[in-house]
Amino acid sequence: MQLTEKELDLLQIIEENGRMKIDVLSKMVELTEAETENMLQNLEEQRIIVEYGAVIDWRKVDNFEGVTAMIDVKVTPKREVGFDEIAKNIYRFPEVKSVYLMSGAYDLSVVIEGKSLSQVANFVSEKLSTLDSVISTTTHFILKKYKHDGTIFDQGEDDRRIVVSP
Amino acid sequence: MRNRIAQHVQKLQPSGIRRFFDLAANMEGVISLGVGEPDFVTSWGVREACIASLHNGHTSYTANAGLLELRKEISRYLVEQFEVEYRPETDVIVTVGASQALDLSIRAIVDPGDEVIVIEPCFVSYAPLIELVGGTAVKVGANEEKGFSLDFDVLESSITERTKAILLCFPNNPTGTMLSKDELIQVSRLVEKHDLLVLSDEIYAELSFDEKFTSFATLPGMKERTILISGFSKGFAMTGWRLGFVAGPTDIIEAMLKIHQYAMMCASTMAQYGAIEALKNGRQDIEVMKKSYRRRRNYFVASLNEIGLHCHNPGGAFYAFPSVKETGLSSQEFAERLLLEEKVAVVPGNVFGESGEGYVRCSYASSLEQLQEAIKRMERFVKQFR
Repeated sequence: MQLTEKELDLLQIIEENGRMKIDVLSKMVELTEAETENMLQNLEEQRIIVEYGAVIDWRKVDNFEGVTAMIDVKVTPKREVGFDEIAKNIYRFPEVKSVYLMSGAYDLSVVIEGKSLSQVANFVSEKLSTLDSVISTTTHFILKKYKHDGTIFDQGEDDRRIVVSP
Repeated sequence: MRNRIAQHVQKLQPSGIRRFFDLAANMEGVISLGVGEPDFVTSWGVREACIASLHNGHTSYTANAGLLELRKEISRYLVEQFEVEYRPETDVIVTVGASQALDLSIRAIVDPGDEVIVIEPCFVSYAPLIELVGGTAVKVGANEEKGFSLDFDVLESSITERTKAILLCFPNNPTGTMLSKDELIQVSRLVEKHDLLVLSDEIYAELSFDEKFTSFATLPGMKERTILISGFSKGFAMTGWRLGFVAGPTDIIEAMLKIHQYAMMCASTMAQYGAIEALKNGRQDIEVMKKSYRRRRNYFVASLNEIGLHCHNPGGAFYAFPSVKETGLSSQEFAERLLLEEKVAVVPGNVFGESGEGYVRCSYASSLEQLQEAIKRMERFVKQFR
């Protein structure tokens, strides 16, 4: 689907900041507020805008328990449905945060979030590995997130510019 | 010893920005819209290339005109981006910022008594640099009614026997105004008719939002009459690197190189290595920055007009230049009271020339959150004058 210049602009802006107020947003793309609302609604209806979310640094929350693992999964694709069916069987588990079909040494990249190491381990050994088409799994636990979806978790650098310059 | 300071330097007025800087620098919680530089840090790839050059021991002088590799890249960039061709061996000098390129150009062409036309409001250095070599800066006010573009009748009537050159800077600091290609062609006709040179300060060329930028040297017959001044500060967000360049007719570049080799030797070597990387691989970063400035311009200028500070739509750079006349305050009074009462720093328009009186320069190269807060404060401030 071909989008207009303004629609692309709008998408790029809210991808960076989904909470941008409509009066600011409409000025940035040089439309009225009503036009902007309409455009957003359209994009939502077409599921081009799928969801609005937040990027959270859970490491700062002491009473949050959770681990994330990336799992390389090798599978046997099935006649006619290829990888799609096995992918569906995997992404339906609520523990699974994302699933990508990959080129290279393995087929599916699966991101799992669990409360603890053992919970993720259980999921892999009991649910994932036992699926029919799965040949093998390699699990990598994430130790620290530095940057996620374009956002750097550390505080940005201070503005070092002098206050008034020609 | 009496008269320790040379007379022509004594006569030089300190920049009006200085006083304002002193005032703002000592206050807490100031939102500064007074900054004449990008809010982006130089791209990591460029910084990394500079660090690598140090690792590799590139710490000696370069050729006076700058690294040939860099001049070749500049030359390629000028062709690809602005469609104007200069020979890297003879027609390009790498300078310490566009500021030095400007100084060199003026020193190379202005004799005492010569006149150079500057279009005000403009960057604060133009007139002083002309006066430092004994020239006269003939100040021509831009056309306020038409968003600070040129008034050609006024421009032509200011040309005399002694006029040597016209200094142009569009997109302009402080107004953000751009000239259309047609307007530039009209200037070129005057230049031809009166046998003049043009100093074309194209430092904001990359930040042209609505129209394609036209380099003055691309106009028919103008390459031989144009000194093209630009640099890495604004487009590539490399202000602190102090790196610019100048391109022009071989005889003028040769003259400039004589001054440059005695007065400067060469630009910083490590900065030159960073600039090579900027030209080779950093040009897509400009697009990202440009988009971001454009969106902020749209928001900021619309908001200024909404709160009653009338502002023309600036086609480039990162400045808005709203009128403050309806408040009944002068530029200085407005800027000073806005700073003291609401802690927002803007630059009074009159520091950029008399025709800037009644306006203030607001840089929108700040985060959107800061711009929103600034608008809120400015609205509160402006309300008291209704």
